[in-house]
Amino acid sequence: MSHDRILTFAFMEPPFESERTITFFRLLDAALDRDVDVRVFAYEGAVALAFAHQQPHGNAMHGRDSGEEAHPLTKDWIRALQEKAKAKRIGFEWINCGLCVDERGVNDVIDGCGRGGPPDLWRYASEARNTLTIGTR
Amino acid sequence: MNVLQVIDQAYRTTTEEQDDTILWLTRSMRGAGGDLTVLLSGHAVHYAVLRRRQPALTLGQWRQTQPAELPRDIAELVASGVPVYAVQEDLEERGLGQLPLQGGVRPIARHALPGLYEQVDQVWQW
Repeated sequence: MSHDRILTFAFMEPPFESERTITFFRLLDAALDRDVDVRVFAYEGAVALAFAHQQPHGNAMHGRDSGEEAHPLTKDWIRALQEKAKAKRIGFEWINCGLCVDERGVNDVIDGCGRGGPPDLWRYASEARNTLTIGTR
Repeated sequence: MNVLQVIDQAYRTTTEEQDDTILWLTRSMRGAGGDLTVLLSGHAVHYAVLRRRQPALTLGQWRQTQPAELPRDIAELVASGVPVYAVQEDLEERGLGQLPLQGGVRPIARHALPGLYEQVDQVWQW
């Protein structure tokens, strides 16, 4: 049964390659602002967004070390959205396509991100008011 | 719930993934009981007239043993009960309008697309 306060997102872009990625995260943030439960199915390169071993780096051109540079990492954005949803007592679920994870070797993901497959996307979409697919180009 | 999968790109990652990723996703969700329809538009209308399997990639001594087989994938999608449409004008713009479509693939005119969109609950544009 679909629920008016749930939105599902299917996303395919990896970290750091496309402006679609930050736009996708801003849409998730905006949905939470409106107290909408969020369901994410990460497909293909998007499974790397939750990779636990992402590391920030310094930037010699900026004259800053790693701590000062505080390079953005997508795993931190996911964690921030998880915490925001928890504080607002609304849902935020994230499932990575397991086959996509395996072929990229990004098995270690942050807490709160699960492993699944297309049937999970179908379940998410069936439960949601609507689904936004953001493919890759 | 019925979902219309609109596939507009063609041949993206078909070498390394051995599939069109959205055709694969559609077949997988169909296998899980999903009620789906596929619309091939833009360059993806090529899939509607394909007859041969993709040539195998070789790099040095490495040789791909299982290249993508899109005609089979389309045929199995149709056989599983998923209606597959191809936009007639997109076929014609690419010089494909006179070629026979794969068995079960239905041509659809652009002016008929709103009716198709109205028949489904969600439209997923890839």
